[in-house]
Amino acid sequence: MSTESSLQKSEAQIVQPERVRGGPTYVPAVDIVEANDKLMLMADLPGVTRDGLDVQYERGQLTISGRVTPRQDPNTEYLLREYGVGDFYRVFEVGEGIDAQKIEAELSNGVLTLHLPKAQALMPRKIAVKAT
Amino acid sequence: MWRNTMPWWNAFEELRREMDRVFDNYNLGLLTRPTRRTAFPPLNVWDNAECVFVEAEVPGVKPEDLEISAVGNELTLKGRRPTLDGKDLVYHRQERGVGEFTRVVTLPCDVNADKVEATIKDGVLRIELPKAAEARPRQIAVKTA
Repeated sequence: MSTESSLQKSEAQIVQPERVRGGPTYVPAVDIVEANDKLMLMADLPGVTRDGLDVQYERGQLTISGRVTPRQDPNTEYLLREYGVGDFYRVFEVGEGIDAQKIEAELSNGVLTLHLPKAQALMPRKIAVKAT
Repeated sequence: MWRNTMPWWNAFEELRREMDRVFDNYNLGLLTRPTRRTAFPPLNVWDNAECVFVEAEVPGVKPEDLEISAVGNELTLKGRRPTLDGKDLVYHRQERGVGEFTRVVTLPCDVNADKVEATIKDGVLRIELPKAAEARPRQIAVKTA
């Protein structure tokens, strides 16, 4: 009776590049926050362990992919089903203003936090005014 | 005769989904989208002969910020998702929820509240609720007369 579209997580329509592993892929919910010196990205990746997580930054593109091992028998008859279980995948166009060498990632309680420091050239600089 | 095979406690949820579908068909996406998400956390519920299982995706919720209680056939989940603090922060996107949440679920039968077990791992909460003795299926031995 319930259709896939009524599930809470939105399923990725087209995943580029296509993956070898089958099964549904979901788009993780994120917050992106800018501070003075960096961008911070928090992504909800419930069920993703350190080993299943892959974060890549290449030519201004940030790719997050999280592998989720199925937790239930696929034939389970749910009494209530509000979300599907599957991998996570999302790509962001971050631009060139990020210092790729200094990107840091932490994963805790199913939330990925990425710290993306701004490139030095783009940092706001305080100009000291000299007294003459 | 038409027979409803859906558990009665699912009926309201189905109605809500049906309403969502109706609104979507009229292309009121802009108006309905923000309210469309159901309560946090989303739940999956299933059972076997002995237990009812409830699983919830609760990314970011620490075990100490979660309160779980069961009475009769009712399960209550209460908790809090942390907010980010810091000065001069500009949000470019805010898709994740924050703050307090409460969800009450009616289970298909009474459960043994003393034996409920909950574990949280990588942001996934799993609760095992043993069915009350009277709710379990019983094998009836047939005697020969």
